Amino acid sequence: MIDLLYFAWVRERIGLDGETLPCPAGVATVADMLDWLSARSPAHTAALADRSAIRVAVDQVFAGPGTPVTAGCEVAIFPPVTGG
Amino acid sequence: MIVTRVQAAPFDAAAEITTLTAGRSDIGAVVSFTGLVRGDDALVSLTLEHYPAMTERALSAIAAEAKARWPLTGGIVIHRVGRLLPGDPIVLVAVASAHRAAAFAACRHLIERLKADLPVWKRERYADGSAQWLKGS
Repeated sequence: MIDLLYFAWVRERIGLDGETLPCPAGVATVADMLDWLSARSPAHTAALADRSAIRVAVDQVFAGPGTPVTAGCEVAIFPPVTGG
Repeated sequence: MIVTRVQAAPFDAAAEITTLTAGRSDIGAVVSFTGLVRGDDALVSLTLEHYPAMTERALSAIAAEAKARWPLTGGIVIHRVGRLLPGDPIVLVAVASAHRAAAFAACRHLIERLKADLPVWKRERYADGSAQWLKGS
């Protein structure tokens, strides 16, 4: 299983604060995960349409498109941060 | 030791700095930065959402990095979350060192790293009832 977490407007657009899913076949990296998720529902498609505005963390560490995604990991998807 | 806290409650910057230096005679400089909610553009409130597990982890990493890079004798970093009003404090960075150069440099570095690396998102609400997430980069 993979724990997905959504924050800020990604959470609002998808309409969920997270979901736990079996690791999809063919998904090995963050980029694969985003591609797969984008096709999950119209809300997912809309939320993830602009990849330049999407940031991802795997197991609470910022990740890039090539970062591996494996069963048991926590993948958080959110906009660029605006703290401080 | 740089203490880090994420909290909804307000903080008292002066009291935190007093605690930082209490009973110490090895501190020659304290530099602090306090970030406040600026009430322009008809802002009514600011809500800060965060990713709790990662916020704690990122804060600890940022603090450890500053401690390793400069000869600090202490410090505190507080970041608030939840709903804040114009004039409310959002973030405090205070660092102590024997000399001012390290204290200034570490304080500046810490606040810039917090802005870049903490998983926190600000949503502004305005007087006309509209709201929007601030754009990051």
